[in-house]
Amino acid sequence: MQDNIHRFFRAARGAGVRISPAESIDAMRAVASVGIADRNLLRDTFLLTLAKSADEKRALGECFDLFFAPPQPLQPANDADSADEVSSPQESNAAPSDGSAAASESLGPLAQMLLNGDPSAIAAAIATASSAASLSEIRYFTQRGLFSSRILDLMGIARLRDDLDELTASNPPLAERLAAATDALRDNVRDAVSQALLLFGREEAENLRNEILRNAPLARIEPRQVEQMRVLIRQIARRLRERYSKPRKRQRRGHLDVRRTIRKNAAWGGIPFLTAWKRRHRDKPRIVALCDVSGSVARVSDFFLLLIHSLHEVVSDVRSFAFSGHLIEVSEILEQNDPEEAMKQIMSKVGFGSSDYGRSLLDFERQWMECVTPQTTVIVLGDARSNNLDPRADIVRRISERCKRLVWLNPEGRISWGFGDSEMPRYQTFCTLTRQCATAQQLERAVADIVAVYQ
Amino acid sequence: MADQRPPDTKQAAPLASIEAVESGLAAQGYIASRQIATAVYLAQAIAKPILVEGPAGVGKTELAKAIAGWRGLKMIRLQCYEGLDEAKALYEWKYAKQLLYTQILKDKLGEVLGGAATLHAALDQLHDFGDVFFSKEFVEPRPLLQALEQPHGCVLLIDEIDKSDAEFESLLLEILSDFQVSIPELGTVSALVPPTVILTSNSERNLGDALKRRCLHLHIGFPEQKLEERIVESRIPGISEKLRRQLVGFIHDIRTLDLKKQPSVSETIDWARVLVLLQAGELGHDVVRDTLNVLLKYESDVEATLPHVSTFVAKAIRQNVFGQ
Repeated sequence: MQDNIHRFFRAARGAGVRISPAESIDAMRAVASVGIADRNLLRDTFLLTLAKSADEKRALGECFDLFFAPPQPLQPANDADSADEVSSPQESNAAPSDGSAAASESLGPLAQMLLNGDPSAIAAAIATASSAASLSEIRYFTQRGLFSSRILDLMGIARLRDDLDELTASNPPLAERLAAATDALRDNVRDAVSQALLLFGREEAENLRNEILRNAPLARIEPRQVEQMRVLIRQIARRLRERYSKPRKRQRRGHLDVRRTIRKNAAWGGIPFLTAWKRRHRDKPRIVALCDVSGSVARVSDFFLLLIHSLHEVVSDVRSFAFSGHLIEVSEILEQNDPEEAMKQIMSKVGFGSSDYGRSLLDFERQWMECVTPQTTVIVLGDARSNNLDPRADIVRRISERCKRLVWLNPEGRISWGFGDSEMPRYQTFCTLTRQCATAQQLERAVADIVAVYQ
Repeated sequence: MADQRPPDTKQAAPLASIEAVESGLAAQGYIASRQIATAVYLAQAIAKPILVEGPAGVGKTELAKAIAGWRGLKMIRLQCYEGLDEAKALYEWKYAKQLLYTQILKDKLGEVLGGAATLHAALDQLHDFGDVFFSKEFVEPRPLLQALEQPHGCVLLIDEIDKSDAEFESLLLEILSDFQVSIPELGTVSALVPPTVILTSNSERNLGDALKRRCLHLHIGFPEQKLEERIVESRIPGISEKLRRQLVGFIHDIRTLDLKKQPSVSETIDWARVLVLLQAGELGHDVVRDTLNVLLKYESDVEATLPHVSTFVAKAIRQNVFGQ
């Protein structure tokens, strides 16, 4: 059982629950004190000792159900497959029992077990062979075939094949029955391997997938990957939150705050046992984001807005604007709807036009210029391709004079800036920072740099 | 039910079983779900603090009180807030007393130092003297130290830990894992009897992993309908079964709405009390509308709920008919 529980810990880690050795020791002690007889109690015990947040509790619960369920789904499958085989022989066994028994005497243990059709014995044999083949080492789906054949080898499939050949010659009906049972066995083994992959391979598979996804250009990912990308963006947001939302370190030196020191030490007749120091006030980032939602940049803007708006703890105030032909404020739409719905609404209002940077910047200057203060970071996300219309770089200059920093994120590579209708070089002169921002990884770095400035 | 010990048992005896925990808490008027009882049992069995998270008003603080009441232990409560520090949570030197004593003992100083032949000897004597002022006599124990010094053990409730600063969390780590604290001048103070520690949090901020690792993590959500009915029954014995069922059904419907603050168990109990005071035999549209402010704490929530009141009341009454 101890082995089983250790395997469960590994599976749980794969499911995204962080379990430290100390926690696994606690869990073991807890299990020792409640026993393993009651499944629900065991589940509660693991949830209490291992999972430390609501998300982890859910993940661990699912993992538990998957891990400690195997006997149940396997048995019915076995029963269904072998039901006819078990029941029919029992009925017909009465007559040819002598012959059948005599025949099975000469068979290998695996063949005998299959012919007896005892599902729990077969399940036990699969479990033993699985641990002998160290099935819990499985990492990638490509290893499924390898592990299946390894388990079948260990169970004695070679001998079974010989038996099958012999029987086909000597006792065809029995051979048929054995062949059917063998197929059922293969199915069961394949199921067991798939389940193990689900339990133990999830972490690796996910890491691999995320690694690929992080470096894929956001503008060109396939629709089915959008959901995965959203999950990834949320992970990035969580990481940034954890890193940058810690309370900023108190100042322990500098100017003495006389007023507070006297008040604090009133109890000791004003003798300053405890000192209070003046603190420098540090702002949380205020961000104004202008996002191009035309054509190819739309998708990048989508993920960027999702990321910025999931940084509540780090960023105190975000105002987002979207533009293509003209510019509108979209903060409220993003706050009130889930990301997909919000993006749909935004696109229906301003999306799919050909972009006009000059007009959009003019809209911004006329209506929202006052929300740019010396504490604000203005982020513009766009390819700066203005279809040869007036770029109005003078407005960008005025914005950059008003704000703390002006950051331009461009999904295109540096090499194409300034070619064709790209106005990037003109805008670039007024920007504090310009970056290429095409993949999730670049997005994360860009946003991390922006919030780090305020630390 | 193995647990029939008198409630005044002073020494913390090991708990017999999870059922014993359930019935013990029930005797205090706290109806615990299976998970809560398991957590309390395990906390005792493997000597771990419990970190309780959940929305406001589901009985996180009540749990600590119930445990203390049931086991006949003293409850020591530390309310956390921003800026809570060592001096207020752990211990403090009694500066005023120290000052006073030095003033009084000033005259003695001559006598003490009079016997010393050399300056060196005088200094040695002065060192002994100095230690007197940093002894246990002059330590003002705050809740955490008090909890360790209880001769019969106690229930230590660290309430709303998420309101405190991150630094304070680190201060707690030593107490939570080893039930001891280090005071530089005195050395390490270990607990005479390990206290039962309950930490509560409203998830206002994420707690550190180091803290979480040392605790059993219990999440108390809104109870199921049956459980909530039992809670109301135990808290307000005078309430009729019919009203109780309707009321709990109604509240469960309200929780499906998108509200700023969902009504939790404490609001359910308050509302039940109000309805009993108003001598309402069953839920009616008018009664509900007049007393909705007991249940909902925001004007916007009340407004959002009003249009649904008729439907929910009708549903609750119907459900009552079929339920019986």
